[in-house]
Amino acid sequence: MIGGLFIYNHKGEVLISRVYRDDIGRNAVDAFRVNVIHARQQVRSPVTNIARTSFFHVKRSNIWLAAVTKQNVNAAMVFEFLYKMCDVMTAYFGKISEENIKNNFVLIYELLDEILDFGYPQNSETGALKTFITQQGIKGQTKEEQSQITSQVTGQIGWRREGIKYRRNELFLDVLESVNLLMSPQGQVLSAHVSGRVVMKSYLSGMPECKFGMNDKIVIDKQGKGGTTDDAGKSGKQSIAIDDCTFHQCVRLSKFDSERSISFIPPDGEYELMRYRTTKDIILPFRVIPLVREVGRTKLEVKVVIKSNFKPSLLAQKIEVRIPTPLNTSGVQVICMKGKAKYKASENAIVWKIKRMAGMKESQISAEIELLPTNDKKKWARPPISMNFEVPFAPSGLKVRYLKVFESKLNYSDHDVIKWVRYIGRSGIYETRC
Amino acid sequence: MPAVSKGDGMRGLAVFISDIRNCKSKEAEIKRINKELANIRSKFKGDKALDGYSKKKYVCKLLFIFLLGHDIDFGHMEAVNLLSSNKYTEKQIGYLFISVLVNSNSELIRLINNAIKNDLSSRNPTFMCLALHCIANVGSREMAEAFAGEIPRILVAGDTMDSVKQSAALCLLRLYKTSPDLVLMGEWTSRVVHLLNDQHMGVVTAAISLITCLSQKNPDEFKTCVSLAVSRLSRIVSSASTDLQDYTYYFVPAPWLSCKLLRLLQCYPPPEDGAVKGRLVECLETILNKAQEPPKSKKVQHSNAKNAILFEAISLIIHYDSEPNLLVRACNQLGQFLQHRETNLRYLALESMCTLASSEFSHEAVKTHIETVINALKTERDVSVRQRAADLLYAMCDRSNAKQIVAEMLSYLETADYSIREEMVLKVAILAEKYAVDYSWYVDTILNLIRIAGDYVSEEVWYRVIQIVINRDDVQGYAAKTVFEALQAPACHENMVKVGGYILGEFGNLIAGDPRSSPLVQFNLLHSKFHLCSVPTRALLLSAYIKFINLFPETKSTIQEVLRSDSQIRNSDVELQQRAVEYLKLSSIASTDVLATVLEEMPPFPERESSILAKLKKKKGPGAVSVNELEEGKREGGELNGGGGERGGDNSTIAASNASTPSPSADLLGLRTGPQVSAAPPSAGSLLVDVFSEAGVNDDGFLRDLEPPTESSDSLLAEGPGDSDSAPPSAVSEDAAPPLPESNELLNKFVCKNNGVLFENQLLQIGIKSEYRQNLGRMYLFYGNKTSVQFVTFTTTVSCPGELQSQLNVQAKPVEPLIEGGAQVQQVINIECLGDFCEAPLLNIKFRYGGALQNLSLKLPVTINKFFQPTEMASHDFFQRWKQLSQPQQEAQKIFKASHAMDTEVIKAKLLGLGMALLENVDPNPENFVCAGVIQTKAQQVGSLLRLEPNAQAQMYRLTLRSSKDTVSKRLCELLAEQF
Repeated sequence: MIGGLFIYNHKGEVLISRVYRDDIGRNAVDAFRVNVIHARQQVRSPVTNIARTSFFHVKRSNIWLAAVTKQNVNAAMVFEFLYKMCDVMTAYFGKISEENIKNNFVLIYELLDEILDFGYPQNSETGALKTFITQQGIKGQTKEEQSQITSQVTGQIGWRREGIKYRRNELFLDVLESVNLLMSPQGQVLSAHVSGRVVMKSYLSGMPECKFGMNDKIVIDKQGKGGTTDDAGKSGKQSIAIDDCTFHQCVRLSKFDSERSISFIPPDGEYELMRYRTTKDIILPFRVIPLVREVGRTKLEVKVVIKSNFKPSLLAQKIEVRIPTPLNTSGVQVICMKGKAKYKASENAIVWKIKRMAGMKESQISAEIELLPTNDKKKWARPPISMNFEVPFAPSGLKVRYLKVFESKLNYSDHDVIKWVRYIGRSGIYETRC
Repeated sequence: MPAVSKGDGMRGLAVFISDIRNCKSKEAEIKRINKELANIRSKFKGDKALDGYSKKKYVCKLLFIFLLGHDIDFGHMEAVNLLSSNKYTEKQIGYLFISVLVNSNSELIRLINNAIKNDLSSRNPTFMCLALHCIANVGSREMAEAFAGEIPRILVAGDTMDSVKQSAALCLLRLYKTSPDLVLMGEWTSRVVHLLNDQHMGVVTAAISLITCLSQKNPDEFKTCVSLAVSRLSRIVSSASTDLQDYTYYFVPAPWLSCKLLRLLQCYPPPEDGAVKGRLVECLETILNKAQEPPKSKKVQHSNAKNAILFEAISLIIHYDSEPNLLVRACNQLGQFLQHRETNLRYLALESMCTLASSEFSHEAVKTHIETVINALKTERDVSVRQRAADLLYAMCDRSNAKQIVAEMLSYLETADYSIREEMVLKVAILAEKYAVDYSWYVDTILNLIRIAGDYVSEEVWYRVIQIVINRDDVQGYAAKTVFEALQAPACHENMVKVGGYILGEFGNLIAGDPRSSPLVQFNLLHSKFHLCSVPTRALLLSAYIKFINLFPETKSTIQEVLRSDSQIRNSDVELQQRAVEYLKLSSIASTDVLATVLEEMPPFPERESSILAKLKKKKGPGAVSVNELEEGKREGGELNGGGGERGGDNSTIAASNASTPSPSADLLGLRTGPQVSAAPPSAGSLLVDVFSEAGVNDDGFLRDLEPPTESSDSLLAEGPGDSDSAPPSAVSEDAAPPLPESNELLNKFVCKNNGVLFENQLLQIGIKSEYRQNLGRMYLFYGNKTSVQFVTFTTTVSCPGELQSQLNVQAKPVEPLIEGGAQVQQVINIECLGDFCEAPLLNIKFRYGGALQNLSLKLPVTINKFFQPTEMASHDFFQRWKQLSQPQQEAQKIFKASHAMDTEVIKAKLLGLGMALLENVDPNPENFVCAGVIQTKAQQVGSLLRLEPNAQAQMYRLTLRSSKDTVSKRLCELLAEQF
């Protein structure tokens, strides 16, 4: 279990230090600073083992969060907790920065006391936390209300309190996907996968029961057996194979196991309903065709073509192509048809930015790179060309089929709820070798 | 040197550095650096030429980036260009970049060397200095090759500025240290020595460092420096503190120079010239006098400088070791320091006194400080000072104060720091042994030692107690009694149990009369400790039990019961099980007479150097701060001797104990029960035998003399009658390719035998096994890796030097290039004798051990006598042939002194080993030996006759050899003369 939690600024000064267990000594704080933050070599591994003590760290802008333990803990659990911790802090005071942390340290200690108990993670649902950890003083809280908090927090549905009321019952559902790709120069896919999240914002009254349906292959196939062959053929093409998925704690797992249906009582406000990963039949929104030619020892010619591969009616945004340049580059000339391109010496790359691009189009950039002859015989390693973008569809092919809301006690039905669905596909690590 | 004017500051560089300092994260820093590098690249690439200032600035930035830990792969050319600038700052930055960044195999090295040459030949002293500094900073072999000839010229040239001379001297020193073979002083020697007379003190200081280093290599060439140094020293010492102006440091005139002069003098023996010597003694006395004067300043620097000179003077006095007066004065001076409040001074005083104590003149003077030193041992706060105090006590100990010192050290041991305990234990053990008048005191001391610091008592210590007790009849009874009492303590150290087991097993009968220590009580006492002990100790206890059966027949049934119990006879440890089974059988089958013979009391051990001493030397080896190299040499020599002797002892033990179980305790068994046990069939222990000794077992014990596996080689109980003949000389492998000096000796070892250990050092053991038929021979070489690290690129070559090539045909099969740690590989060598020969083929072995190349050459033990065919003949045949070979050149005769005992059986065995037939009843004198044989070579057969006449009274032999070929007789005579 987690033995302690420290927060440092970029210089390695300790902002927050909370020790939960006796086996973590006072010098653990310094050990992490010396061996990770101030290490000579950049420490890449998020887990560092120093003197039989494990340090798990995440970095948010310039702030380091480190969980420390002497025991053999589940590392994934620790990181999940650290991410949750970040979410909670963001929900309470906005961006995680040195300034904000210094201003809110009393609150942070209060939160740490609540969400970790003797190193065991507790309820970290922001909605629930906000009911009893508040930033303002609360006046006239009656005994009844207090006991209600206790029963709610310790009850079966710890993530939602009772008696929520909205005039307009609204639901927002975002399918956020990031597509990862590694492609050979010849256009062969070496590896590709999509990791996606379904994020919801619910503003519903009472204790509603929701049911979420999507084009999961297993569900569609099961239904297809009952229906006509024509139906099955049609829907089978549309369905996607999900490799693995995880759910928010509100989802009834037993129902998912038996019927593969996703039903839940949603928390109030924003939360992440599920996460999933697919590897089959991925729609690759962009194709990058590189062409690199070395002219003698002092010159390099690069030509890169990008093709958008989706419906012409859709528009991709925030496109950025990053073309690495050799370490001995002494000058770069760039010509591009669309967007803006610039050589960024500090990153050793040519960065080409396009604001918008419709589907089934192509664009091209060509660059001449001048090189300085060096006495180092090492050849340039040719790192891959990477890309960033945002598209308004789900590259995995996921479709939301339905989201039903049932609230038996209050008098609103599924039809009264206003539902918004949005798909956003972003690039993860989207690389093409050149 | 021109001061850096304000305009020379580089604003761009300052901005860049402050930018980097202000970066908030590593990533930001890397980004900034990447940006700067791109900028510099575009500037260097740019078409328009850069001016010197910007070139300097950018090179400086690159240097800074490199020093931050990033790779720099350009800009070298620009830096080289800076070298040819006329501005000091630009040149300086160029040289700085080059000494930091340019590696020796760069293509630019030619250009750089050119620039350096230009600067060296320029008349500008600052440029010359820069160039010299660069040479010294790079200091590579290439630099030495290019400039080693040039620099001495600059050093001694009359018109060179003083500052350049200083730089040149130090630069030359640096080159000499990296590649001494390239710096040849030759004709410059005398002029360099005369630099000691230079008026400029800086030059003298620099030159003396060079001279000290050079004179260590060839002391004879620089002998003249002694008188110069003495006169220089006396001038400094006698000067008033204000005379030397710049070189006076806190009222002490030229302290560094004085120290260096004194150190230089320590490279040489005392000057022979009376006048010089007188002057030097005067100097030393002045220095000692000055130490008594009240300090001229309260600053610590003043006393530091003064004491530095004083200590250097004292070590010179110790080095000379010929002036009793000075030695005693030095000792008194150090005595004062012993109570100084400065810890460093106390440390140094103790350290110097250690060496003083070994001098005959000052030993008594040192002894007067015993109380202070004991006090220091007890009260010092710093462990290193206490360690020195312990060293000094050890050094000053003699018969008169041994009891006091040993008692003090023992009492201190209880509270001593863990890091020095083992050494203290060894020292106490040695002192107790060395100065023991009364051996019961010795036994008491050692048992006390084991009781107080059992964990730190190494094997050697308790081995030694047992040796001494066994060799001294008068203490045996006392020892048995003391041990018995010591064992009664509820918790005793395992080493105590070992000593107890051994001594009671041997001498338990001496105290058995007392009902309180009756045999059964003794046995029960020992057995109560049995279960708490480790396997080797248990094995020892089992041996003690069987001895009990012999000593006290009444305990027989009890002990047999113990031996028969499952925990013994079915013990999972092979050694224990074997002992239990064998002892049980021995006790039930053998009659009391046999038992009494087998389990007889141990014979006295031969006296020789204490192995504890060797152990102490080994321990002190790397850590010891030795003042005197000679002493160190002696020390190493002693260690090697000790090691060799020990191993020699083991040989005979293993031979006796059938080499069946080479566990650490095997030799104990072997020695105790003697050859009788060897009649027992080789047990399952053969599993444990390593490949090497297994070969020996399979070969009907032919390889008896083979070294036992290394783990048993440190056992001391195994000392048998040390047969120095079979002791492999321990040689340290050297880089030198010529055959080892002892290789001739090695050759002689194998004249009369075909198998054994050819060579052994810390890394490698080479075993040999050979067989010969007619003129053909086959030799198996076993290369054993004694370390735990693998040898790589292991190659061996066998060559026949000179005319041997036409006489001997040697073919070696290739050997595997890799030997794992602890493993062994075999090589087969086929030999064909073409004609008679005198020399031996050379075996050269090369391999890498942890990166270091090991190279050694040995002579293969192939001698002409290996190709003998024995010939039997009757008496008159023999004499007939003897007469036929009567030409003077056919006979070779030698009269020599016996180097081994004149034992008829041994001589016979050796002659048989030679390969000739030993003819009985031929010579009218039965004392004499005659042999006959034919040497088979491919070209011809050479008949040989031998006659060996021992003279027991004079301990002399006369050896006569006659053969049909004169060279053969001569060679055989040479070979054989070494054998008896």
